[in-house]
This record gives sequence, C-alpha cells and structure tokens, in this order.
Amino acid sequence: MAETVIPDDGPQRWLRRQSRWTAWEAAFWVAAFIPFFFFPTYLTLASQIAITALFAVSVDLILGYAGVITLGHAMFFGLGAYCAGLLTKAGWGEPLSGLLLSGTFAALIGFIVSFLIVRVHHLALIMITLGLGLLTLELANAMSWLTGGTDGLQGVDVWPVFGAFEFDLWGYTAYSYALAVLFLGVVVSRRIVHSSFGLSLRGIRENLGRMPAIGSPYRLRLQTIYTISAGIAGIAGALLTQTTETVSLDTLSFQRSADVVVMLILGGTGRLYGGIVGAIIFLVARDQLADMNPQYWYFWIGLLLMAVVLLMPKGILGGLASVAGRLRR
Amino acid sequence: MIVLFDGFAFGMLLFVLSVGLSVTLGLMNFVNLAHGAFGMLGGYVALVTTRELGLPFLLGLPAAFVAAAVVGIACERTFFRRLYRAGELNQVLFTIGLVFVASAVAAYVFGTGQQPIQLPDYLRGSVEVAGVRLGAYRLFLVIVALVVTALLVVGLEHTSFGARVRAAVDNQRMAQGLGIDVDTVFAITFALGCGLAGLGGALAIEIVGLDPTFGFHVLVYVLIVVAVGGLGSIGGSFAAAALLGIGDVAGKYFVPEIGSFLIYLLMIGILFFRPLGLFGRR
Repeated sequence: MAETVIPDDGPQRWLRRQSRWTAWEAAFWVAAFIPFFFFPTYLTLASQIAITALFAVSVDLILGYAGVITLGHAMFFGLGAYCAGLLTKAGWGEPLSGLLLSGTFAALIGFIVSFLIVRVHHLALIMITLGLGLLTLELANAMSWLTGGTDGLQGVDVWPVFGAFEFDLWGYTAYSYALAVLFLGVVVSRRIVHSSFGLSLRGIRENLGRMPAIGSPYRLRLQTIYTISAGIAGIAGALLTQTTETVSLDTLSFQRSADVVVMLILGGTGRLYGGIVGAIIFLVARDQLADMNPQYWYFWIGLLLMAVVLLMPKGILGGLASVAGRLRR
Repeated sequence: MIVLFDGFAFGMLLFVLSVGLSVTLGLMNFVNLAHGAFGMLGGYVALVTTRELGLPFLLGLPAAFVAAAVVGIACERTFFRRLYRAGELNQVLFTIGLVFVASAVAAYVFGTGQQPIQLPDYLRGSVEVAGVRLGAYRLFLVIVALVVTALLVVGLEHTSFGARVRAAVDNQRMAQGLGIDVDTVFAITFALGCGLAGLGGALAIEIVGLDPTFGFHVLVYVLIVVAVGGLGSIGGSFAAAALLGIGDVAGKYFVPEIGSFLIYLLMIGILFFRPLGLFGRR
C-alpha cells in the first residue's frame, strides 16, 4: 500500500498529486503495444490477458481496496458474457452498446447482491460469495434452453467494431479492442481509487468499526463499489464473448473466480496494476507450462503461489516497491 | 424413509470430512483450504494399503488417518506456522497452492482416472433394521461418524488436553505463561484436523469416488458444512452436516430440476440470517 503521508498543503492537492500519472504507467501502456510487432502469433493470448486483467482490476476494487474477500466474482463475469452472447442471438450484434448493456446488467445484479454482501463478514462472506457463484453456475447449467448448457452458447455473431473493424482470425482487432477497453477501465478505476471515495474504501478495509464513528456511511460505500466492480467484471465477460464469439459455462466457474484472486495476489492487491501484472504472469506461465506438459502445469502454478505468499506477502509489485524503497534510502 | 437414511449417511460422511476443518479453522483460525487435499491423501493411502499391500479395509482407515496426520504435522512445522498471523487471504492462497501441487502429484502418481476401492463382503449389500433395508456401508458410515463425534466431544471438552488447546487458542501468551507448550499443542491439534480429513477421504471413496480433483471437489461441501455449523462447534458441524446431507439427497431425489443447487440456497439462506452459523459462538 502507498504510504499515507500527512498532507501539508491541503487534502485536495494531496489527492491530485497521488493520482498523477507516473512514468512507469506510461511505459507500461507503451509496452502493451509490443505484441502487435514482436509476437503477432500470440495476439489471441494477449487479448485474453487484457480481458482477464480488466476482470482482475474489478476484483481489486472490492478485494484490494475495500477488503471484501470474494470467491464468486466470476458470477458477474459470466453474467456479462452470457448477456452479450444472448444480445447477438437476439439480433443485436453491435459490440460497443452490447458491452455497455452487459455491464449495466451485471451491475444491476451486483447492486441486488450487494445488500447481502454488506450484512456479513469473514468466513460467512467468503462462503456467501462462493455460494452465489456456484448457484449461478448451476442455474445456467439447469437453464440450458437459454444458455446452451455444457455445450456453450453457439452462433454468437458480433458485428464489426465501429462498423469498420471486423474481428479477424489473428486477433488484431480483438487485442486492440480489448486493450482499449482495459485502458478505459483502468482510467475509470484510478479515478475512483484516487478520490475521497476511494480513501473511504481504504478506511473500511483498515478499520470497519471506525468508519461509522467518523460519519462515513460504510454500507452505502461498500454497495456502491460492489456495484461498480460487478459492472466492470460484466464488461470483461462481455469482451470475452465478443472476441471469441462463444460463451461457455466455464465463464461462471469457481475456477475462474479462484484464478483471478490468485492473479491479484501474485501481482499485489490494493494497487491497480497488481491485477494486470498478475494476469500477465499467470496466463503467460500457464500458456508456456501447458505447452511443455499439458497435464501438470498447475503444479508449477501452485508452487509459484506458495512461494509468493511465503517470500513476498504483498505480491510481486509490493515486493518490487519495497525493494525500490530500500534502494532509494 | 430410505431417502432420509441415505441423506443422513451422506451427511455423516460430510461430517467426518469436515469436522477436522472445524477443528483447525474454528479453534486455530487457520483457513485451511488444503483440507480436501489431506482427505485425498487419506483416500490414496487407504487405496494403496488395501489394494497393493492386501491389508483389510478396517486397517486402511487408521492408516489413512495416521498418514494424513503425519503429513499434516510436517506441513504445520514447515509452512503453516509462519502463516498463523499472515491474514486470511494469504492462508487461503497458500493452501490453494498446496491443493494445486497435491492434485498434480496425485495425477502424476496415480493417473487422472477414478480409483475404485474394494470393500470387504460384510460392508456390501444391505442389512434389515426394523423392517427397513439399509445399505450396510451407509450404516457403517453412520457408526463411524457417531464414534468420532463422541471421541472428539470427550477429548476436546472433558480432558486436560482439550482445556490446553482452548487455552492456547484463546490467549497464546497467557497459555505460555501457564507453562503450556503452545507449539506442541498447535501441532497436535493440526495433526488431528488433518488426520480426520484423511479418515474422511478414505471413507468417501465408496460414495463420491477418488481422483486427483478430489481436493477441490470436496472442499466446497466441507466449507459449507463448517460455515453453516458455526466455527469451532463440533455439535454445529454435526447438525449442519446432517441437515445438508438430507437436504441434498432429498432435493436430488424429489426435485431433480433444482436439486443440484438446493444446497447452496440453503447455505445462503442460513448464513444470511445467522452469519456466524447455526451454533456459532463468536
């Protein structure tokens, strides 16, 4: 977590200084264009990474900033994915509005669920999010007339982006599109976390009991961020549908919820780029390991996880930050 | 009637599988998601002792308990004790990593297929009790579960060791001051939890099967039982396991359309009104 220094020139300017773009961030976004030129065969993987990174950012908003541990966020990812898929089946294949509609739908469900979430803590919270996720998965499986069940949703037809850019076989459009949406998602998210609202979320994470005492309506805050996070997760799911032109039950699975939390911790929670870095490392590692040996890649992922928890409890970015801090002194 | 009994027997299986987690999670506050992996270990140990070594099934069960307990102590001494203060999220992740590794190792050693277990003759078929034909193995499950419950309740609530465990958990420093060897107490408690998982795993093969995904597969059910029952409450786990077992089997039997998610609905409903679980005390 960024060290919180007492501002000497007023809170507004302190907040503004915190939210300034750093050179590292700029370098990161420039680096995001590398796959176009150097790894064109990996563009499909790159767009998967961008989508998963957006999903990870949405989870970071509630887990890393507000401290709500969730094991069921794939629920919103999958809802967004199915919503986008069903829209195209209903004859509306325009991608941008589809994205927005899916995000809104997921946010709406998130708003309803948030009333449950703010009531419980600790283990019960983990279990309720887990249970809701599994419940959605079973529902989607049972309603196979709508969702296609285990076969997945077939015949998704997405129109070209802006009516001009067709989704091609190589993933040029898919990656550009996913990257652009990820960028927008990060811009919105960093605006949120660097506002006074974002600070109140950190307050909720650090000390729940104190927030009502200083007059902060913590339930409302939690509900707001949970809704926003659900919406972003839904958009990520819709992106997956539109770039792959198919939806499967797998988008709702526990595995997906667990993976995204794993990525987040790998990269470092409570910093927006933690989820993105985690997604890159996790998915590239999985891709390479699965190439080497399709059966046992999760052995190495498991080892990696254990090592990160023991050696770098704040994740890779957190570890790097503390190393950098030590060098600077 | 038969549904009720089958559900109860399934619930008792869930109870044996989860009560160990209730011990580690409830008493020691350690979120051990690798619990299912210890169950898987017990399952494979029982398999090896009965099939490869030709030992009787009734010896395979204690072997499963001991093996899981020993590995549990080893893990506790080397890794878990560093994580007691690390926060729930790190515990969750570390133990999930452990499940990944365990599952890959199991796939490497035993292959990815289902492994059947050979039951002795007296546990196959059915027995007639008071005019109702009950599956012999299910009856056996119920008996084992009742014995385990009795031993645990007596052991944790009526012996000096149980008192030491509760003291060490409630206030580590005070317990140390009173001359209790907290390290050893924690290690033994952890071993007990893992051993129970191993026993549950060995018992579960006949009902739910055994393959390298066992650790994940069982985890969800186990967590539901512990959360619904209330942390650290053995009676709570017992009641929750029975309730969920009967609910699950009855749901699948009578309303197959919604049977598969009835158990989640039940859990969410219960936790919504009682966030601490049915018998949660804290």
